[in-house]
Amino acid sequence: MQVTVETAKELGILPEEFDKIKEVLGRTPNFTELSIYSVMWSEHCSYKNSIVWLKTLPKDSDRMLAKAGEENAGLVDIGDGLACCFKIESHNHPSAIEPYQGAATGVGGINRDIFSMGARPIAQLNSLRFGKLESDRTKWLMRGVVKGIGDYGNAFGIPTVGGEVYFEDCYHTNNLVNAMSVGIVEVGKTVSASADGPGNPVYIFGAATGKDGIHGAAFASKDISEDSHEDLPSVQVGDPFWEKLILEASMEIIATGAVIGMQDMGAAGITCSTAEMSAKSQTGMEIHLDRVPMRQPDLKDWEILLSESQERMLVILEKGREKEIENILEKWDLTFAQIGTVTDSGRVQYYMHGELCADIPAESLVLGGGAPVYHREYREPAYFKEIEKFDANAIEVPSDLKAVAKKMVKLPNIASKRWIYRQYDSMVGTINQGTNRPSDASLVKIRDTERSIAMSVDCNSRFVYANPEVGCAIAVSEAARNIVCTGAEPVAVTNCLNFGNPYNPEVYYQFVGSIKGMKTACVALNTPVTGGNVSFYNQSTIDGTAVFPTPTIGMVGILEKPNHQMTLNFKNEGDVILLVGPVTDDIASSQYLVNWHGVQKSPAPYFDMDIERRVQQAILKAIRSGLVESAHDISEGGLLVNLLESGFTFGKGFEISTPSGIRKDAFLFGEGQSRVVLTCKATYAEALKIQFEEKGLDVMEIGAVQGTTAIVDGEIFGEINDYREDYDTLIEKAMA
Amino acid sequence: MKFGVVVFPGSNCDKDLIWAVERATGSPAVELWHKDTDLKGCDFIFIPGGFSYGDYLRSGAIAKLSPIMGAIKEFADKGGYVMGICNGFQILCESGLLPGVLLRNNSMQFICENVYLKAENNCLLTRGLNKEEALKIPIAHGEGRYFIDEAGLNELKQNDQILFRYSNEKGEISEDSNPNGSLENIAGVCNKSKNVFGMMPHPERAADAVLFNEDGMKIIKSILLEEVNA
Repeated sequence: MQVTVETAKELGILPEEFDKIKEVLGRTPNFTELSIYSVMWSEHCSYKNSIVWLKTLPKDSDRMLAKAGEENAGLVDIGDGLACCFKIESHNHPSAIEPYQGAATGVGGINRDIFSMGARPIAQLNSLRFGKLESDRTKWLMRGVVKGIGDYGNAFGIPTVGGEVYFEDCYHTNNLVNAMSVGIVEVGKTVSASADGPGNPVYIFGAATGKDGIHGAAFASKDISEDSHEDLPSVQVGDPFWEKLILEASMEIIATGAVIGMQDMGAAGITCSTAEMSAKSQTGMEIHLDRVPMRQPDLKDWEILLSESQERMLVILEKGREKEIENILEKWDLTFAQIGTVTDSGRVQYYMHGELCADIPAESLVLGGGAPVYHREYREPAYFKEIEKFDANAIEVPSDLKAVAKKMVKLPNIASKRWIYRQYDSMVGTINQGTNRPSDASLVKIRDTERSIAMSVDCNSRFVYANPEVGCAIAVSEAARNIVCTGAEPVAVTNCLNFGNPYNPEVYYQFVGSIKGMKTACVALNTPVTGGNVSFYNQSTIDGTAVFPTPTIGMVGILEKPNHQMTLNFKNEGDVILLVGPVTDDIASSQYLVNWHGVQKSPAPYFDMDIERRVQQAILKAIRSGLVESAHDISEGGLLVNLLESGFTFGKGFEISTPSGIRKDAFLFGEGQSRVVLTCKATYAEALKIQFEEKGLDVMEIGAVQGTTAIVDGEIFGEINDYREDYDTLIEKAMA
Repeated sequence: MKFGVVVFPGSNCDKDLIWAVERATGSPAVELWHKDTDLKGCDFIFIPGGFSYGDYLRSGAIAKLSPIMGAIKEFADKGGYVMGICNGFQILCESGLLPGVLLRNNSMQFICENVYLKAENNCLLTRGLNKEEALKIPIAHGEGRYFIDEAGLNELKQNDQILFRYSNEKGEISEDSNPNGSLENIAGVCNKSKNVFGMMPHPERAADAVLFNEDGMKIIKSILLEEVNA
């Protein structure tokens, strides 16, 4: 077959990229080689349109053991000789056309990233976004995605302990599925994705290779269109039982000390793992594709190279210890084969039945090596003009705020996500400390230590749409605030950057702004970025719209002592309710403004990075002082939803009064940032207030925990249990 | 009493169970690999939750054919104590060591949440429990709807084989407190000779103070009554 620039275009390679390939090879590539470049230089594998900006993110802190980009996932020192390994990744495109397998394989992939480093996964989270709850497409997607995550994660046996779900029209065609995994490993016992030592054997183990997922990485690097269902064979099929087997086998193999390097096979399969490992160690590999265990006969060389069949691992062993490792793989009944050896050629050389079918310098294929790097142009989006026109003074304060409150708890973005999380095994592993003691962040115990790990995934993408820089700083801050309200100290971030088409300058402006905002917040809160994933092309040619810019933040924190654990629910009759943080007239981009007044475009809400940082520090100190009974940060739905949520657990009511000089709707439903509600015993209220006043922070006693009714300025807003019933069942009723 | 916990390749509650037993007894529990037939001198064998061999066919349908289950059948027939939790319960029903079957939940969804149980009979597993108390124990299953034909149900009742029923927080047993559509809210049963036990809820998940629920520990401690008192 004659390879031309037309062939290149069909594989998604730009003409100038085709020229570069010819230059690297010193000849025209054959079809197999061109296919290899097409996946390795795809957006998904190369980060060619994002890496310039990703490099500006802060990577350092004294807890950081592996920096972003160095390994498959970030690695943070958590004390007691242990490290936490965590990462978030998207599986948006496959989930948009085959929600069940798309989501399931997303869970599988992110867990392999963790255990291929030698860390045992201990907790999973996810961030999901769909269109309108009422639409049939949303229900179909949500049923599939939730069942996919559940079936995979439940069988794999790692608890799903947290997440977030949003419903916005912009995700109707392009729903988002971001999955996060968190694991633990002893410091110094991690495995690197390296291929050192020419002569060492290269093994593949796990499931056999089939035709599924071929060109999956390329598929993920274009817009969703009406023809996307034709890409269905690009969607992989998951098998959590195999994943469990390769997890256990990997742990045992690593424990032998005979492993030189290991990497899972995700995007671009054998191609990506062999090329990246070779490039990392500046070695090479000779790979015999016909030795790869296959599910069906007569696979072509390029099909074997590009297959994204799931649950497969590549491992480099110390020569001479093959039998020892093979015994372990046999114990777990896994398929395996030695498919090649490490060389010192600097090239990945793929053979089929003894014949060389592709021969490429490894370095030329990878990010940080020869993969293209682009500076994209960007410009302020036209819709910013409409946002600037927003005038809060033109929005009247409703006369019946009780009716607003009743509506708020029944908004899909606010109502309980019980229909979803009940389908996930959240308790396997017996470490989930949130089951019986709910907090703003998820909390899991680290066995045989005093410590726990707090985790949160957050992104209010409406804020990012309104102002990418501020919105993304808010996403980081909210994740940290959730962790702080749990009593833990935020330590590091992983990100999943979901955007539209990067060749659209307005989309790229959102991307650049988000990175700038993330940098600001991560520096201010001392939570460096350990890595993550970029997902562009979350837009469709069907309706021409891109998703809201959605830089999902996954954050981990450390709870040093068991008695620091803080929960969000009201505890005792008569406890004083304190509002900490700035009280403003802000209603911008709130769920209230969007859903009650129907205003879609308004600025990001009030946010001040310095105040945010100081509030968080003071809250953490207050919690650790032992004076606090409950802590809950104010997010979607504002103060009133916050209070109702705190009351739901034990059916406890409250009576509060609103201050004069502030819009009452803004006070109750506004989403101005950096605010936390604390409760404490009445006798401690003064001592607690002083803690904040001394630091120059706003603190206001707004009322008390009382009875079973919500009362605002003397007006009865309703029974807590009635609100709870509406809140708990809204999504369940919609999905019934 | 020496405890063993079976490990199938897809078991995922084996470690949780081992930790819970070790907290209760203060001595190590033994792992029993699915390919082995040696029960290592254990007096009480747990079959843990999980997805034994993937359970793509029907939960427990393949596990019943495993080498370890052959040995366990012999052990149980001689009066040895065996207890299956969740997937373990499904395997024991598939193996014919316990009566009845476990069907898909009536919601057709996997359910994970805390539920309440009331102990009913008076056997090794339930003798130490307050029959008036509702125990808070988590469930996590897609196929947990207990079913048995009428003759079988009558037999269960006549022989006092019902271990637990799903209740509400106050201990009231009704359709509202039935999470999965189980016949007469049955959450666990034992065999006629009361040496083989099975239950869908996970007592090992409610057996640690750091998780703020130790109701499950009461069930494990019931097994150990003599040793605790001795």
